[in-house]
Order: sequence, then C-alpha cells, then structure tokens
Amino acid sequence: MISVYLDRPTWAHRRSAGMKLGLLALCSVLLLPQDSLILFIGCLAGALTLYASLGRDGLSQVLLLKPMIVFFGIILVFHGLFTGWQEGFVVVLRLIVMVLLANFVSITTRMDDMMDAVMPLFVPLKWLGGSPRTIALAVALVLRFVPVLMTVYGGLSESYRARGGKQGSWRLIAPFALQSLRLSENVAEALSARGGARGVFEQNRSAGRNVRLTGLQVGK
Amino acid sequence: MTDRSIVQIAFYAALMAALGLLPKVAIPVLAGVPITAQSMGVMLAGVMLGSVRGSLAILLFLFLVALGAPLLAGGNGGLGVFAGASVGYLIGWPVGAFVTGLIMERTKTLPVMPAAALSAIIGGIGVVYLFGIVGLVIVAKLPVMAAIVGNGVYIPGDLIKVAIVAVVAQTIARGLPSALASRA
Repeated sequence: MISVYLDRPTWAHRRSAGMKLGLLALCSVLLLPQDSLILFIGCLAGALTLYASLGRDGLSQVLLLKPMIVFFGIILVFHGLFTGWQEGFVVVLRLIVMVLLANFVSITTRMDDMMDAVMPLFVPLKWLGGSPRTIALAVALVLRFVPVLMTVYGGLSESYRARGGKQGSWRLIAPFALQSLRLSENVAEALSARGGARGVFEQNRSAGRNVRLTGLQVGK
Repeated sequence: MTDRSIVQIAFYAALMAALGLLPKVAIPVLAGVPITAQSMGVMLAGVMLGSVRGSLAILLFLFLVALGAPLLAGGNGGLGVFAGASVGYLIGWPVGAFVTGLIMERTKTLPVMPAAALSAIIGGIGVVYLFGIVGLVIVAKLPVMAAIVGNGVYIPGDLIKVAIVAVVAQTIARGLPSALASRA
C-alpha cells in the first residue's frame, strides 16, 4: 500500500498534522470568495514555492495534479464558450491552488498522524454506543483487504488466460465477487472468535502489540 | 455495530479501492471502450449491503483517500481531490449508495435483478449525477446546462455498470445468499 506521503523529513513534516489541517481550512475559507486573476497567479507561485522548499523530489509531487489536467482543460473550454476566458482562468487557477495546498498537507503528513489528528472528530460515536477504535479497526481491515482482493483477482485472471481468455474480462466479475465474499465471511467469523472488535484491541494490548496502520500495512 | 457488519463495510471499502487499482475492464459493447469501475463499487455497496452499511462503506473508503491513500482511479488521492472540481461526485457517492440500498430494501417483493438495476439507476446514477452537477456549478462555476451536457458522456458507461451490478447481485443471491445483506 503506497501513500502519496513523501517519506523524507523536511521542515513541513515536523509541523503537527492538526496545525497543517487548520491552516488548509483557513486558506480555503479565505480563497474561495476571491476572483482576482493576479491574486491567484500569486497564490500559484506561493504554492509552487512551498513544494520547491521540500527539495527536488518535493517539487516533483506537483505531478499529483496530472490526472486532473484534462478535467481542468474541459472546464476552461466550457468557461471560454459560455462565460468568458477571464473567469475560466480564475476558476481553474483557484482549483489548482486549492488542490496543490491540500496535497501539500497529504505529502508531508503520515497517514497515522493524520488519523490521530482527526480521531477527536469520532468521539461523538461513543454517545451512539460505538467506539472510535471501531474506525481504526475498519481502516486497518481495508488496508489488509485490498492486497488480498488483488491476489484473488490475479489468480482468477491467470487461470482464465490459461484457458485462452483475454485479460480484464467482465466474465471474471461474478466469480471474483463470490470468492472474495466467502473470504470476507471467514474474516468476520475469525474476528468474532477472537472476541470481536473490542477483543482484538485488548489482546494486542496485553501482548504489548500496537494495532495501528503501520503494523498492518502490507505489500509496501 | 456487529463484527460482521464492520467486516462487510471494510470489505466493500476495499472493493472500491481494488476497482480503482485493477486493470480497466474492457466491455465488449461500445467497441471495447474502457470504463473505470469505481462508480460501480458505489452501486454494488448499496445493492449488497443496504442503505446504512452501504453508505458507511463508501464513507470509509473516502476517509482513507482523505488520509492520503491514492486509491481513486488513476492513483489519485490525498486531500487534494476534495478541493478539485469533481468533489461533488465524491460527496454524492455515499448518498448514492444510501439511496441505492434504501430502494433495494424497499423492493423486497421484486426479483433481485430488476430491483438491483432500478436501485443502481436511481441511486448510483441519478443521485450521484445530481451531486456531481451541483458540485460543478458551485466549484467550477459552470453554467447548469453546460454541467448537465458534460455529464451526458458518462451515461452509456454507467448504464453498462448498472447491468453488471444487476447480474452480479443475481449471481450472489443464488451462490451466496447470506452475502446479500440488504435483503437479509
């Protein structure tokens, strides 16, 4: 499981996740109502300077924008046709600046720290009879499930091709769903057998283990 | 929330991620136009898990994306996607899964396949598009008509996903009925 996280200590990594998220929220509140082209060109330069301050591999993280470029292009053209190019550039620049700032937080904050920073938001779950630890367990389960699902699909796809089928056929969807669902039922039974969501955490605590994302990340 | 529900929710969140990572499924009709399968995960979660668990699965998936996991189709992830122009669709996903599941739960008298198709069209296409279009109008400041027209491109692909979801739901109802939790 790879994250967009940039695994190298920089000045921005040392700032707390809560502070970075807070500043990001502040920036979005301040920038959303603006509509001056000059301002956003300045902001873009500022955002790029932030990335550049992380070093060369930091600057290359700007490429996270790549999958969105076509979409931005379409928005620009639509604006050019319907409301004018000036507004189009402002809208697209604002989007780019906001995406860059948000990604900056993501690449300089570990998933663990981000999780810890937002955990207080889940405290209300206690009033509903749930537990914030349920969220932690669910997140860990997802991260563990993804590579397993990929393996199940890989196995099916390989045997299908060995029988002369093509790669990525829709015919694999139903057997894939059945096989992986059976697998997940086994996981549910195993979890209950170990005392459920609560038990997993208590067992691990008494064994001195720490159930956190890092402990369960697979296939890095 | 039972252990079984937690595992089910985590399973469909992981399925969403896997659908974004798997090679694009080429559909024989439409001359093999490749479609990304992730919006199919929204329909599947709703159809299979019902309203509450279905939408929680999608929320869990989005939570992981927000934490920085690049799990959206094309390796997209991090907080940036929630600042982008397609944020409306992302917000629409859990709502769409909820509505899909709700219709699935309310149509227990219908056979699985038509019920799944109906719920996926209303929840997975109707609701998701509605949020997506509102998002485009607010975030990208597009005129409403332009946003609607731009959306039309996706309808054929999404209808194919509805068909796949209906067939898969029918297969599972036959092969592993207990997994069709929306009808349990």
